[in-house]
Parts: sequence; structure tokens; C-alpha cells
Amino acid sequence: MHNFLFGIYPYIALSVAILGSIARYERDPFTWKTSSSQLLRRKQLILGSVLFHVGVLVIFFGHLIGLLTPIQVFDALGISHGAKQLLAVIAGGIAGVMALVGGGILFHRRWTDPRIRQTSSFADIAILAMLLAQLVLGVGTIFVSLQHLDGYEMTKFMAWAQGIWTFDGQAASYIADVHWLFKMHLFLGLTIFLVFPFTRLVHMLSVPLRYFTRPGYQIVRSRRQEPLPERDATRVKPAE
Amino acid sequence: MSHLLDRLNFLKPKELEQYSDGWGQVTKEDRGWEDTYRNRWRHDKVVRSTHGVNCTGSCSWKIYVKSGIVTWETQQTDYPRTRPGLPNHEPRGCARGASYSWYLYSANRVKHPLVRGRLLKMWREMRKAKSPIEAWTAIQSDPILRAEYTKIRGKGGFVRASWDEATEITAAANAYTARRYGPDRVFGFSPIPAMSMVSYAAGARYLSLLGGTVMSFYDWYCDLPPASPQTWGEQTDVPESADWYNAGFLLIWGSNVPQTRTPDAHFYTEARYRGTKSAVICPDYSEASKFGDIWLNPKQGTDSALAMAMGHVILREFHLDRQAEYFEDYARKYSDMPMLVRLDEKGGRLVPGRMLRADDFSDKLGESNNPEWKTVAYDETTGKPVVPNGSIGFRWGEEGKWNLEERAGKTEVKLRLSQIMEEHHDEVVGVDFPYFGGAATANFVKCEHPEVLTRNIPARKLTLADGEEVYVATVFDLFCANYGLDRGVGGDWVTRSYDDDMPYTPKWAEKITGVSADKIITVAREFALNAEKTHGKSMVILGAGLNHWYHMDMNYRGIINMLVMCGCVGQSGGGWSHYVGQEKLRPQTGWTPLAFALDWGRPPRHMNSTSAWYAHTDQWRYETLSAQEILSPTAPEGDWDVSLIDYNIRAERMGWLPSAPQLKTNPLEVAKAAKAEGKDIPVYVAEKLKSGELQMSCEDPDAPENWPRNLFVWRSNLLGSSGKGHEYFLKHLLGTDHGILGKDLGEEGRAKPKEAVWHDQAPQGKLDLLVCIDFRMSTTAVYADVVLPTASWYEKNDLNTSDMHPFIHPLQAAVDPAYESKSDWEIFKAIAKKFQEVAPEILGKETDIVQAPILHDTAGELAQPEVKDWKKGECDLIPGKTAPNYIAVERDYPALYDRFVAVGPLMDKLGNGGKGIGWDTKHEIEELRQLNGTWADGPAKGCPKIVTDIDATEVIMMLAPETNGQVAVKAWHALEKPTGRQHAHLAEGQEHTKIRFHDIAAQPRKIISSPTWSGIESEEVCYNAGYTNVHELIPWRTVTGRQQLYQDHLWMRAFGEALCQYRPPVDLKTVTAAVNTDADSKHVVLNFITPHQKWGIHSTYSDNLHMLTLNRGGPVVWLSEADARKAGIEDNDWVEAYNVNGALTARAVVSQRMKEGTIFMYHAQEKIVNTPGSEKTGLRGGIHNSVTRATLKPTHMIGGYAQLAYGFNYYGTVGSNRDEFVIVRRMQKIDWLDQPATQEAAE
Repeated sequence: MHNFLFGIYPYIALSVAILGSIARYERDPFTWKTSSSQLLRRKQLILGSVLFHVGVLVIFFGHLIGLLTPIQVFDALGISHGAKQLLAVIAGGIAGVMALVGGGILFHRRWTDPRIRQTSSFADIAILAMLLAQLVLGVGTIFVSLQHLDGYEMTKFMAWAQGIWTFDGQAASYIADVHWLFKMHLFLGLTIFLVFPFTRLVHMLSVPLRYFTRPGYQIVRSRRQEPLPERDATRVKPAE
Repeated sequence: MSHLLDRLNFLKPKELEQYSDGWGQVTKEDRGWEDTYRNRWRHDKVVRSTHGVNCTGSCSWKIYVKSGIVTWETQQTDYPRTRPGLPNHEPRGCARGASYSWYLYSANRVKHPLVRGRLLKMWREMRKAKSPIEAWTAIQSDPILRAEYTKIRGKGGFVRASWDEATEITAAANAYTARRYGPDRVFGFSPIPAMSMVSYAAGARYLSLLGGTVMSFYDWYCDLPPASPQTWGEQTDVPESADWYNAGFLLIWGSNVPQTRTPDAHFYTEARYRGTKSAVICPDYSEASKFGDIWLNPKQGTDSALAMAMGHVILREFHLDRQAEYFEDYARKYSDMPMLVRLDEKGGRLVPGRMLRADDFSDKLGESNNPEWKTVAYDETTGKPVVPNGSIGFRWGEEGKWNLEERAGKTEVKLRLSQIMEEHHDEVVGVDFPYFGGAATANFVKCEHPEVLTRNIPARKLTLADGEEVYVATVFDLFCANYGLDRGVGGDWVTRSYDDDMPYTPKWAEKITGVSADKIITVAREFALNAEKTHGKSMVILGAGLNHWYHMDMNYRGIINMLVMCGCVGQSGGGWSHYVGQEKLRPQTGWTPLAFALDWGRPPRHMNSTSAWYAHTDQWRYETLSAQEILSPTAPEGDWDVSLIDYNIRAERMGWLPSAPQLKTNPLEVAKAAKAEGKDIPVYVAEKLKSGELQMSCEDPDAPENWPRNLFVWRSNLLGSSGKGHEYFLKHLLGTDHGILGKDLGEEGRAKPKEAVWHDQAPQGKLDLLVCIDFRMSTTAVYADVVLPTASWYEKNDLNTSDMHPFIHPLQAAVDPAYESKSDWEIFKAIAKKFQEVAPEILGKETDIVQAPILHDTAGELAQPEVKDWKKGECDLIPGKTAPNYIAVERDYPALYDRFVAVGPLMDKLGNGGKGIGWDTKHEIEELRQLNGTWADGPAKGCPKIVTDIDATEVIMMLAPETNGQVAVKAWHALEKPTGRQHAHLAEGQEHTKIRFHDIAAQPRKIISSPTWSGIESEEVCYNAGYTNVHELIPWRTVTGRQQLYQDHLWMRAFGEALCQYRPPVDLKTVTAAVNTDADSKHVVLNFITPHQKWGIHSTYSDNLHMLTLNRGGPVVWLSEADARKAGIEDNDWVEAYNVNGALTARAVVSQRMKEGTIFMYHAQEKIVNTPGSEKTGLRGGIHNSVTRATLKPTHMIGGYAQLAYGFNYYGTVGSNRDEFVIVRRMQKIDWLDQPATQEAAE
């Protein structure tokens, strides 16, 4: 059972997440959106959303870097396991609380505002509930982590996560003896990957990063494939 | 190829170049996504159609079809251009029309024939062993069986039936009813032919071939302004909306142009840009108010007080202190003002009496033809009384003098307007005028003065033929005195000052209306000044806001008086613009033969619905308004103290109003009996009526023989929209659960009618069968026994016209009728075919006796110069003279379908016509034979075919002068005979124009000028009512031939309306101590007003998701902040409004816009949408008409008297409902009545 949950289930979850997302993008491109409810009610949204998104992004990238960076990199940089864990606990803790508070506000808003409630799908409410539960579990693990600050426990998760990505058949066994809270956190995390393509979470794959870099205020999408020929340099610009 | 792969191009540069110093960027990103949007709006075809919905807009639309499905619609923009200098008509349309396509595939669409489950079950059981007729007979003869399905009407329980079954039940019921009670017990209600002429004609043709009763609508809707036929002898004729642009002064009075005339409102805006001045008169701050330079907000229901005060100012400043030349000239030529009125003595005092007639003189002033119908005036040049041309007596029986030339015969005359000059009168006499403003209910301001006001009038003394000496005065002099104007002949109740509190001064009106005197004076003065300078280009746009009051004719006549004083009627840019209902059926005379089967038998059975529903829904049993309350204190001696239904019975008996049913005995049996005795039918019926062996049905509406038995409702939502007294319909006509909270006269112990037979037990469930034909499950459909699915407006071919523009344009089938629906034409064909199959068992070729009232625009309109009741022995019963006509009509029941689909032989034989003009139409019938094909054999052998709906449109357009130039020229020539003038030039330019269905499919077409209307189509002027009267000198169809401001009929004088008066709203006594259970808690009593809405056209669209989304998604009422505070109501609260008539529930819209003391419930919000149960009745909500009840007005029943003679939808009682009050309070418990059905209902 343990092997299934942490050795096989991760592959199922990640496969569904990837293939599901591709399928949805291909089949139903117009459902690929944030489904913002700002139009229905602005109140609570700004505070809740900012707290939630900042917190969640910090946690997400924290997990990504923390779990998937080979342990040797930290060793080479001279960051002790203990220090890394402390960093994770402090940064993750603050971000987790932010996300939890923000998520709480958003959930309250979604649940109690009759108009938003009415326009929410089951998935909209469920994914928010799952994320909140995951945050509670995640923050909860801090208390377990504080029991052993040597960072050893943490390396187990790094080994497991990297094991999954390197198709290590033994990956599940690395976390066989961790606290049940961690196991629940992992399981729920994988489940979020599993349901990812079927929720509004897909919007995180479409961050409009180009907005930050594109130069023009006005964009003209042309059918031309080639730039216009250079204009005669001697031509006087009308403004001059 | 793949959305994802196409997006994986992060490394590829996208920029082509930059521009504007880097503020803009040209990229070569993928544009494939654009196709999605392109495909969204891609379609297979566009078809022209419109919305047949009585909104008067009559906008042509593009219907888009994609994969065989109607997807959306947009406004057509290809109306023929207007002449230079005039804005275009397009675009026309509104949000309501744009949402229509939702209906086609909505859950609310009727998809299959539906029959009430219990009825279908017993029908199938009976049909196992019996024929259709036997089966229906068996069900009807068993009261328990019958009650089983009639008692549960409106409670669901429909099951799907086949077309065969549904039409068989209907046909069998019709045949049984014709045999058992008489064909006139089969009623049909459908409104507004102009919105889909063929669909209307389908049902009316079937009913007319059967001998059934076709019910009127324009009067029942209270869209008919009785003041129009009273003044002009014309139902309603108004300027097209483009003519607003030509106005110099636009007075918008109780009409909310942007909301209810949405597609036309742009002309109002454009007129304002042109510089037209505008005043808006409306109690609430309506959408129209913001267009005005000035907004007057009178107390609701007091418009006539305002109009009278304005008239006071206009007369004073433009006719008396200074005589505007144009106004004087107009009044002399085009109004009855110079005509002489006898002053009758009553108890030693004088009251205005009948108009003086040639007949009153010993030499009859040389007139031998109809001298009793020729009015008299003094000639200014000779000083002698003359008989000016144009009065109604000249219309019939002679030729060449029925015109408005300033002549008497061949002699030129100049009529004397006033006898005010010393040398023109013999004496100044005191004449009594009634005053009604001194008594009003607590909700309205009283202005106490005596109820009889004696004013001085300059009069001439004449000795008449019978030796009697009488005083005579001109209408103008009486008219001015009535307005309280001091003319220097002394006496009381007249003044020179606007500040005196005396009836009809601005100061007096300020008290009544709440509008300050200076504003009244300003508006009146500017209105008249503009008219003087522009020769009549002052226009009043008015509507239901004024016309739905009990005394609507006073509101209207007050305004019409202003228009006539200022010479505005008949002048482009001026006149009376009454826009209520899409009444303008432009090709009317082409349509009438098709609709009423005049090609097979004449006359059809027409009924005025107001009187019919008043009787058959037993609203008369609850009537608390007595004739005494509205009778004039100056009424001549007479038997006036009877109830309103008694007045109606008298009117029917004297041949004034039609009847349905007509005789208590089956007319088929009466005809047989007459034949057996070998007597002529009219002679036989007259004898038996006198002896009492035959009785008229109207005298005992509750006797089972006199009930309407079958009712067709199509193109209408009678129960959910126009049915005033909704709960009375439910109780007495349908026999199901109802919410009436009051008691009838018997239970209350009040005085009962004298002539109508009173049954202690009122019947419940008079109808055997209610058939509703609709595309949506309306309130009426919910209560019906058989619901037949009809084609929507995008699924059938038909014709549409309006009074707002001069075009005729089509409805077209963009797609085939969805599900199992069929067009109305096909439905009635199917019923007719079934009828032909099942009826021969009991019906063969039969003689039917049709009772027809004395009709306007026929020679018969001169029937009754005096009021005489044969039943009281005041005269003999002479059919067509002192009583209705009784006419034998042959019915061929076994060939009913064959006749339905063929143009019958009477068109060739009798010709065609309308409004008193007739012409030969053999040529057109021959063309139809060639165009539509000819039946080779059968009962219609040699007749043109009318098989498809397009065939039917061709019949209409071929026969009508408006769409066939040759007919137009013929028709104008026909009018030249009585007038003795040349008119054909108005159509000769278009003699060879023939508009066919495929022409209008290509583009809306302007119609051709026709003598059946009073405006013309031309490149010089817009369509404007009264134009041909003023410019072609064709008389108005009134007693004097002129605009009739003085109504001299006995009943008019008796009810004090010979001249216009201010009459406060009547007391309907519906808020009683017994009904008000909230006397001790927070509540408010408000005047219940039902204007036209923004989110629907009547009830249509009020169940449409798009429109519901734009409003509050269910029934709402509007009330003022002050009233809401009093009743503890906040915005969006559920409230209940009730009175003795019933109760309704709705959400409250609390708005600053509303005037204190009123509550608006926009007319016709369907109770099938989001309506909770009423706490008072325990039943679902109720609709706006749950708190109303129709009340008749005796003056609307007058007949046999020139313009006051019956015409279908032309004159008759009207269903007013504005004088109603309701108790309003917040609801405590919102019960959606959504519990599981009880065992009983589940069965």
C-alpha cells in the first residue's frame, strides 16, 4: 500500500496532470482560464487573492527548489541540512500562514456570497478546499519538523522526490518511516496534481510573462512573416 | 494543427518591427484563434421576418440560420429611404425583439399537441365504442365527468396527444356545440391582425365559416380611444412616427416614447435636434421626461383637468381676446363649432340639447333626403340658417354634396361661429352645465362648486316646424362657456382671470392636478403660438397612460379640443398621435374577406369583447358602480337608474351593440322553425321576440343555454395578459380555483340588476373546451384543455404593418416549424378538415340566423335619431332599424374545409369595400385564379385556391387598395360619387404598382394611398391622420361631417359628456373594510397603474431568460420612497397587493421616480415565472389583472347614430382598469408552493 501510494501513485498523478492538461488545452482551449469572479464581487478579493497567491507561489517554488535540487548542490554551497530546514520552516511558515489566511478569505467569499456560490462549479469549491487542507497539513508538519531540527528528515523527502523523477524503484521506501502528517501532506499534494487539469488551476501554466517584456503599448498582429523593408532614411518624418 | 504545439514557440522572435517610437509593436503571432470568433458569427442564410407581437414597432429583422437552427437576429437596415430633409426610419428594433430567437428552442416552447390528461383519458375510453360526436356528447352530458377536467384547469396534468386526436376533440366539440346550442357558442379570441394577418385570418375564417363568434380586442384592451370615433367617426388614425420630425411643438402626454415606442424614439431625438420644442406630461419621472424642455407631473387620472385649463388659456388668448385668423378659419371649416344646438327646457331651466336639424324647420330648409340627419348653421353673408354640405345626411341616399366645401348645396356660404355680436342673438340666456369636480374619492382633490353651473349664452329664438319656440346657440358659444370664459355677456361661473378658482381656470386646475398655474399657462400658450405660426404643426403624442381610465374619453377629448382649437388635426407635423396597440391593418379591405369568409357568407358574427367578458365571467354580478354615480345632474328625464349590465342589454336590444350568443334558442333551430311556418326570417324573429317566445341571450347570461361553450385563444394570452378580472375568469368561465376575495351583489345584499336575470347560484365553469394555440407555455396555455403548438414568428409566412411607419413587410419561415408545431394557417386547416370529417353525423347544409348590430359606415347608421326601446313599447320592433338585423346565412358544414381553402363566389357577385365605399373586384379574383391556381372540382369548383399561407397573403395584397394600385384607383373613384370631388389623382401615379409577397420579402414596401384611411402616402408629406379631410375636403364620418366636439346623443347628454368635462376617477369600492386584514398593521393603499413595460411586449418576453436577466427575474411592482416607508417596505422585498378582486405577489422596486400614491405593476408579467403564493388567497401569486375588474360605461354602448354606431374594434365598451386601488404590504412568508402534489392532483 505504501509503495502504491508513494511509488506508483505519483506517476499516475503526474501523468494525468501532464496528459490531462495537454488534452484540455487542445480540446477545450476556451475553458483554459482563471474564471475570475471579480466581476461579481470585488470585496475581499484583492486582499485574499494577493495573500493567497504570494504565499502559494513562495511555497510552490520553495518546494520545487527544496525538493528537486540535488542534495550535493546544498553541500557544495556549504548550506547545512539544519540551516536549510530552518530556512524552509521560517520562509515556508510565513508564506504558509499568508496563503492560509488569504485562502481562508477567498473560501469564505466563495462560500457565503450567494452570487459567487451560485456561479461556482463543484471543482471551483473543491480545489480551494483541497488547497486549504494542504496548507493546514503543510503548516502542521512544521510542528513535527521542529522536533528534529537536524534536517535529516528533510533529506528523506529530497531523496524520495528526486527518486520519483529518476525512476528509482526504491523511492517510496525512503519515506517509509516519516510522520503520518507528512504522508498525508504528500498524498494530498499528489492528488492535487491529479485533479489539476480538471480545475481552474491550469491558469498557472499560462502566466502572461511576455507582458513584462514586450515593448509596445499597442500590439498589431500581422499576417506578414517578414519585417517591412527599411524606409528611405532620407525621408523626413512628418513630425519634424 | 495543435494549439499546444503552436504555442511552443518561445524561442522564435515574434516582433516584426516597432513603430511610434516603440510605443507600438507589430508581431507575427499566430492568428488562428480569430477563426473561432469568425465561425461564431458565420451563418448559412439570412431570412427577413419580424415579431408578431402587438408592439406597434413592426420592425423588419434579419434572421440568421446556421445548420438548420435559428441562431440570432439583427435589425434590417434596408427600409426605402425617406424624402430629402427627413431622417431615415432605420434602424428599428429593440432588446425585446433581439431576444426572440431564445424562444424557439427554449424549455418553454410548446413542442407537441397537449391535452388535459383526465380529458384525454376519458376521450380515449369513449372513443373505443363511440364516434367522435357521440364521445363528446357523452362527456358533456355527464356533469361529473365534465367537472373532472374543468375543475382542475391550471393545475398541470397535460399529456402529449397526436395532432389527429387533438383536432378530433376540437372539431367534435365545435360540431356538438353548433348542433346542441348554436354555432355562436363557439368563441374565438385573437388580437391585432396587423401583427400577423394570415394567422389571424386562419382562425377567424374557420370560425366565420362555422358561424362562430369572432371577438374584438382593441376595445377590450382599452387601446381603443372612444374619443376618436366620437370626434372623427374613425377608430384610430394617427401620424407615422416620421411626422414627429415635422412638428414645431411636441407635447408628450402620458406616453413613454423611449420605453414603449423604442424603434421610433429616434425621430423624437432628431426632432429635438431640429429645434422642436417639447413638453412632457407624466405623473412619474418617466424615460420620456428627460426629452422635454419642461416636465409637468399632474396627479394621475386628472389629465382632463389639465387639458381643460390649457384649453381655457388657448381660447382666451387665441380665439377671444385675439382671434387668430388661421384658427378661426379652421374652426369654421373643419369643426362643428358653427353648428346650432337646441337649448332644451328642463324644469324651467335650459340645458344644451340636440343639434338643430333641417328636419326641425317647416320647409326642412329644402332638404328631402335625410333631413333629420342634416345639421344647421347660420350663414354669415345672408344671416339665414343654412344646411352646410358634409353632414351625414348627405352621405347616404344622394350624391355629390358630402364634402367640406364651404357650400350649402351649390351656394357658397360662410358659417357663423358665434352669436356673440349684439345683432346676432335675440337674447342672452342662462344654460346649465354639469360640474363633476366637486366630488371625488379621498385619494383625489375635490374642488367644490355646485354640481350644476349656469352660464350665460347668446341665443337665437326660432319657431320650429311643430310650432315649438326654441333657443338655439352655436357649439362655439356653448364650448367657450363650458370652459368658464367670460365673454362680456355677464352671468356666473365665467371669468377673465386665470387666478380665479373657478372650473377650468389654470388656478383651479392647479388645485386638482398639482401642476402650478404658470406652467399650465406657459405650455398652453407655446403650444398654440407654435400652431398659429406653423399652421397647425403642434402635435400631442399620447397613450395608454390616459386612455386606460374609466373616463378616458374626457382625457382625450380635452386634448382633442386643444388640437382642434389650434387647427392641428390633418396638418403634417401636427395632430393627435395616439399610439396604443398595433391597430393599423393597412391592407384591411383586402384582408377582411379572407378573415371573415365574406367570400362565402355575410355577415360574420362579431362581438365586442368587453361586454362579452363582463357578462360571461360574471363580473357584472359584482358591479358596485351605479349609473347614478356617473349620471349628469342635468340629465333629461329618463329611466336612468339601472345597472350597467342593464344598459348593455338595452344597447343590444336596440341593435347598438352586438350579442354573443345571440338568441337563447339555437339559431339553426329558429331558421328551421321559420321555414316550417313559411315566414321570412327577420319577420319571424321579430314576431317571436315581441311575443317572448324567443329571447335574446344577453338578458340571462347565466342560463346554461347562453354560456360560451368552446373558446379558441390564439396569438393571444387572454388569461395572462389582457383578462381584466382575471380571478373572475378563473371562477366563472373556467370553474377552477380562484382568488376572489369579495362577494357578489346577492351575498352583499346590494341592489341587483333590473333587466339581467339573477341566479342565486352563479355558474362556475361555463366553458366546455378551451383551446389555446401558442408557441410558448403561456398562462392561458396552462389553463387550457387543449394546447396546440404553433410555428414561431421565424417559422411561418405572413404580413405585418403598423401605424408607426408606412411599410408592409413579411414574416417568413427562416426554418421549418420546430418539433411538431405548425403555422396557424395549417392548424386551422387541420381543424377544418377534421370538422368536415366528423360533423356530417349531425350537421348538413343548414340555415343560420346571424344577428347583426346597426353598423357604422353603412346607411344603417342613420337608423335612430331618437332613442326608443321596442321592449318598453316605445316603438315597433323593426330589424335593422329599432333592433338588430336578423340575416339568414347558408352554412355548408360538410364542405367547410373545401370552402376554407378557396376564395368563394361572393367576391365576384357582391364586390369588395370598406368604410362605406364599395367597388367591383372581379378583375382581381380572376388574377388570383391565375396566380394561386383554380380548384378543378368539388364544392369550390372554379374558385381560386388558398392552400398555403403565401396564397393567403396574395389574396390580401391582391384585393387591398393599399397594395394594388388598380384597386386604389377604383376605390378613390368610388368615393368621388358621394363627395362630388376628384380624388383618384392621389393614387393614379401608382395605378400599376402591385405589391406581392416576394416583393416585400426583398424589401419593405411603402403602401399606396387609399380612401379607407385619412392620410396619404406621398413624397411631399408624411402620413398624417385627417390629412384628406382637411386637404381633400372629405368629411369626417360624423353627424356634422366635421370634427364633432359636441356630442348630442341623448345618452351623451344624460351622462354629462355632450361637451368635455373634467371627471375624477370613479369609485370602484374595491378596498373595503372587510377585505383589509391589515388595517392594524403597516400597509398603504395605492392607485394601481399598469403601464407598458420595458422588459416585454405585453406578456411576451416576460418569460424570456434574456429579458428576465435584464430586470429582476420575476414580477415586480414600483412604488415611491414615501409610500414604501409608510408600509415598511424596502427595495426588493416581496410585497402583496390585494383588494376584493383578488391578490398578487411581486418584488418591490422602490424608486424616486414614482409619484406618491401610485403603484406601478408593469402590465402582463407572467405568473408562470418566479411567482410565490399569495398569503391572502393561498394560490400562486396572481397577475396584474388579479386585482382589477372591468366596468362598462353606458356612453360607449350608443349605436345607430352616425359616428356613434358599432364597428368591430371601432366603437363599443372598453376595458378600463386605471381607477383601481389596492392594499399593499410586505409579505411575511414567501411560499413557493413547491410541495409535492396532493394525491388528488397527482391522479
